[in-house]
Amino acid sequence: MITFENVAYSYGGGELLSDVSLKLAPGSFHFLTGPSGAGKSTFLKLAYAELRPTSGRVTLFDNDVTKLSRDDVARTRRRIGIVHQDCKFLDHMTLAANMALPFTVSDRESSPQDLDDLLSWVGLKHLADALPPQLSGGERQRAALARAVIVDPDVILADEPTGNVDWEMSLRILTLLVELNKMGKTILVATHDLNLIRQAKAQIQARVLRIAKHRVQLAGADL
Amino acid sequence: MRPPAAKPASPATRALEVVPPSGPTAWLTTFTAGAMTFLCVFALALSLASGRLANRWSEALAKTSTIRLSAPAEQVQIQTDAILAALATTPGIASYRALDDAETRALLEPWFGPGLPVEALPIPRLIEVVEADPPYDSEGLKQRLAAEAPGALLDDHTRWRRPLAEAASRIRLLGGLSIALIGAAMAAMITLAARAALATNAEVIRVLRLVGAKDSYIARAFVRRFTLRTLAGAAVGAAAGLIGVAALPAADAAGGFLTGLGFTGLGWLWPFALPPLAAIVAFLATRRAAFQKLRELT
Repeated sequence: MITFENVAYSYGGGELLSDVSLKLAPGSFHFLTGPSGAGKSTFLKLAYAELRPTSGRVTLFDNDVTKLSRDDVARTRRRIGIVHQDCKFLDHMTLAANMALPFTVSDRESSPQDLDDLLSWVGLKHLADALPPQLSGGERQRAALARAVIVDPDVILADEPTGNVDWEMSLRILTLLVELNKMGKTILVATHDLNLIRQAKAQIQARVLRIAKHRVQLAGADL
Repeated sequence: MRPPAAKPASPATRALEVVPPSGPTAWLTTFTAGAMTFLCVFALALSLASGRLANRWSEALAKTSTIRLSAPAEQVQIQTDAILAALATTPGIASYRALDDAETRALLEPWFGPGLPVEALPIPRLIEVVEADPPYDSEGLKQRLAAEAPGALLDDHTRWRRPLAEAASRIRLLGGLSIALIGAAMAAMITLAARAALATNAEVIRVLRLVGAKDSYIARAFVRRFTLRTLAGAAVGAAAGLIGVAALPAADAAGGFLTGLGFTGLGWLWPFALPPLAAIVAFLATRRAAFQKLRELT
């Protein structure tokens, strides 16, 4: 699905990530952890072609990222669901319209039934007509997750999806992610919340990647 | 039923909806497009009118000339006959005729008023000469006239008509240049407005890119909006300009330059082409600005 081969990324100054090689297999569940500023978000951005590696090769669905045109990137993103810590919506459109946005921008029709089901699944059915600024942090996170999965993507990348919510809500979001994984989606969650990782490991076979000293390593079973 | 399902909008309409409604500055684009088109109608009228004038003058310039005869009363008829005889034997002349008193009076009336006693005044006799193709040798004719009718003077109009015709065609050129400048200024203004709108909506664009929108989809939303606004503004501007031109006093027989300003015949169709042209300019300018700006954002 997503492959990194000797990937390095540097921001003008020194290298933030170097010599990263790994493969996200279909149906796998990975956590990505490490201290703030270690490069978790950068890693995710490389994985959805927001950034291009300064050296090495990132392959998304068998396509070399450096060879993708802007339209190819758009098409690739339709196969990747992305959830951010501070998820952005179009504030002038209702929650339901925001959910359907991935369909709208690809000139496809979303089925009202699917939309309804998805909103019930994340527990936001009663807020379908609300505007995004009226939602709480936890509601926004769940809405972002719903928007990420509406087009039935193969991969879900989540950057600190529980960063702004309390523990109870974190568990709820984790449960949703686990359910998606059980449906066969490849999941990568960047988080610094070790409790969340422990909680997940109790429910599912999850691997933990740790960023340390610019490298991404597979963490041991000590978590 | 949820709002998006309840009103099945066309993809194009929905592309418009994903960009938030732009605030109170939106009408500035419409206003500028209107003002520019209004100006353009007058530049067009000026250009077309001076074009007509230049054509008319150069045509007349090319074809006719006048022989003016000033002689003592008893000499007039003798010399007139001599001139006509000379003209009859000069090659390169299509036709000629002496203007009679009534015609001379008509020519002078605008300056001296009616009831002019032409006979009592030492008014020169006028003979109109229309040249053929190839034309006569004007220098040769002048010398021949000097010998046979000393009071005759050949005026081939060149001296005073050529600068006027040149001025008229220069004005036509300036009119065309003004139209081009107005179009370019409108394109520049729309580009600035579109870039500002794109910058204001950078966050929206980021969200759209994140969920897999292509550049063309995002650009469509902006392009449609600016094209429609420009079209509306230009339509109002063109209508106002047309009313303005139509309200100008009509050209009378005296055929002055200023009163001739306006459209004639099919020329009236030109202003109607302006709003679509303005819309095309807006379309291209916004499209270019949008793709440029989108490349700056990931």
